[in-house]
Amino acid sequence: MKNKNFVLSLIGALAATMMYSPAYADKSSDTLNIAIDRELESIDNYYNTAREGIVISRMIWDGLLYRDPATNEYIPNLATSYEWIDSKTLQFDLRSDVNFHNGEKFDADDVVFTMNYLADPANGAKPARNVNWWSNAEKLGDYKVQLNLKTEFPAALEFLSGPVVMYPNEYYGEVGPEGMALNPVGTGPYMVTSVEPGKRYKFSKYAGYHSGSPKGSASIGKIVIRTIAESNTQLAELFSGGIDWIWKVKPDQAQRVEAQGNFTVKNSSTMRIGYLNFDASGRHGENPMNDVRVRKAIAHSINREGIVEALVQGESIVVNSLCFPTQFGCTQDVAKYDYNPEKAKELLAEAGYPNGFETPFLAYRNRDYAEAMINNLNAVGITVKFTYLKYAAFRDKVQDGGSPFNFGTWGSYSINDVSAITSHFQRGGKDDYSRDSEVMENLKTGDTSVDLAVRKDAYKKALSRIAEEVFMFPLWSYNTNYAFSKDLNFNPTPDEIPRFFTATWK
Amino acid sequence: MIAYAFKRSILAILVALTVSMISFSLLYISSDPAIAMAGETASDADIEAIRQLYGFDRPIVVQYLDWLKKAISGDLGKSYYFRTDVSHLIAERLPTTMTLGLCAIIFAIGLAVPLGVASAIRPNSIIDRVALFLSVMGQALPSFWFALILIVLFSVNLRWLPVSGSDTWLHFVMPTIVLGYYAAPAIMRLTRTGMLEVLSTDYIRTARAKGLRPPVVLFKHALRNAIIPVVSLAAVQFGFMLGGSIVVETIFALHGAGFLAWESITRNDLPTVQGLILAFSLFYIILTLIADLINAWLDPRIRIS
Repeated sequence: MKNKNFVLSLIGALAATMMYSPAYADKSSDTLNIAIDRELESIDNYYNTAREGIVISRMIWDGLLYRDPATNEYIPNLATSYEWIDSKTLQFDLRSDVNFHNGEKFDADDVVFTMNYLADPANGAKPARNVNWWSNAEKLGDYKVQLNLKTEFPAALEFLSGPVVMYPNEYYGEVGPEGMALNPVGTGPYMVTSVEPGKRYKFSKYAGYHSGSPKGSASIGKIVIRTIAESNTQLAELFSGGIDWIWKVKPDQAQRVEAQGNFTVKNSSTMRIGYLNFDASGRHGENPMNDVRVRKAIAHSINREGIVEALVQGESIVVNSLCFPTQFGCTQDVAKYDYNPEKAKELLAEAGYPNGFETPFLAYRNRDYAEAMINNLNAVGITVKFTYLKYAAFRDKVQDGGSPFNFGTWGSYSINDVSAITSHFQRGGKDDYSRDSEVMENLKTGDTSVDLAVRKDAYKKALSRIAEEVFMFPLWSYNTNYAFSKDLNFNPTPDEIPRFFTATWK
Repeated sequence: MIAYAFKRSILAILVALTVSMISFSLLYISSDPAIAMAGETASDADIEAIRQLYGFDRPIVVQYLDWLKKAISGDLGKSYYFRTDVSHLIAERLPTTMTLGLCAIIFAIGLAVPLGVASAIRPNSIIDRVALFLSVMGQALPSFWFALILIVLFSVNLRWLPVSGSDTWLHFVMPTIVLGYYAAPAIMRLTRTGMLEVLSTDYIRTARAKGLRPPVVLFKHALRNAIIPVVSLAAVQFGFMLGGSIVVETIFALHGAGFLAWESITRNDLPTVQGLILAFSLFYIILTLIADLINAWLDPRIRIS
């Protein structure tokens, strides 16, 4: 009898297994299933620095402005209009027809609360660069506010159209960051229906989304975002129908997915660029990188086109200026260095290194790219002592002046402005290995003027000198592969912030 | 027996403390925890703020002693990353790891012991050869590869099982097989060796001569003695499964304690790593004690000694 029961149980279990039907993601269920590869610390916009957190933030919350990713134009969103009163004062008229997901009415009190909360360093909102450039906000009326900047900050509109989003004053005052992380409330096109921290987030379309938003109303009813760390598992989920959308797909995998014919694969260049940083000013002591001829020789020795074609692939392009081409103030009209090993050898001989030299070389990502460049360097007689570090250790060593020569990358936090990259590396900060007064002066002018022509001119001068002296050598832009269901319409953008509220089912 | 268990516990706690001290130092000196926590997109101001907020500018000994003092009073601190209590975080993730570990050890024992016994009864037979083959495969197959093969077969092609997650018992089928199969060979070979040794002893010959039925001889007299070292090994394997299931948890997106440990190391989330090390060390202590007690129950000679 016992044996019979056991056999029946076994058959039952097997039958249950056979009957398992995964939640296939298709347009009939109106649920878009998305996989991301990292656990998010929080989905409170101001206590999270991960890119995936930025993506989610754009779904839940709105800013006063919105940058159209196609035209890069700043369009009012929660504001109806804005005006520069002077170079340090901005005024906004606000929409009166907006409600938060919990029903709370949006008005000037919410803006003043949010901006003043963020401006207080004691609250520890991060990243600090997003929130440390204004001193306070004032209420001028129920739907009118004034933002007082600490100093001239021309990139203000860029920040107000992206990372700086508005919170409900009553709700946030009550629940704080911990409550917001577990039950986020915003004005955005999607509202959060469930949060399993680090594991899974569920969203549904916000029916009350304000009609005047330049983001437009969401089309897809529900979105589920799951954390799946392993890329092969993400692919298996995509193939088995458990997930509809993945990104950061490796080039070889993207080719295989595309070859299947059942999925759409799109590639898009991102704002991240690779660079070589040289110790031009001697922070690391006397070394070959102090000589501009050596730096030029290295620039001529690297086969950027070849590496892009063979390894980086996709929509990536070789960049000649220390910025991403779409960023405000980024000119590519600077000195260029073609791949020319013979010229590199001549320059090395001229600099007193006819037989090359040995130098330390640091990197923290893309080991294969770094190794390809090492081969290029070996070909002109430069041998390297290569050290591959974790990012934290890399940054530590570089900022302490411990690296005469390194390979790094920078994503500009998706800020479409030269100040987010060139000024970071060349305006006397910890990453600045050239400390050139002319470059620093021009960057300062560009970073603090609200006159667009003045800014452009100043950045051009700075970028031209950086290229002429090869203080840093820009390499290529990066790209991301997106793979998703054939049923989905999705368009990636260069700022690497997927906007799921614009996605639709076919 | 109680005095012996007490001494073993004290020793194990000292080992756990030493391990936590070493791991604390290693995590700290590998890189600046403030930079690791802030992430790649953080500014210098963010990093400095984190350094001051968490007291990373204090000497490492002071930081360790501070943690230890709180840990002894039951406060494992707050995760630097998730900003929640570490004890809460571990409690949240542990059921997944425990479920997986228990299922895997049951699967491993269920597969290994019968095969080990069958191999010992008929050494060099076809059963023995098959068991040897399975054993070699289990040791040689990298678990990530085996996991992916199972996913391709049962999830992508046949669509019988879900690829990843931990929502239903079906989600645990493939992870159990992968983790259990990795642990099975050692148990299988030890069972076979033990059984071969016991089956050639005088008391088994006597039992057979008395006319006892073969199953009684095999299971009541032989296996009971042969299984003693297997119990100790299974306890160690179970401990390994709780702390070392990182690969399996990562591939099957199980979000258990193993995955949390791995992610916390990469994020330099020191309180979480320390809390997990303490938890895993305590598991080992408890498992070793349980193994000792079971062995004492199985073998009266251990009880007497």
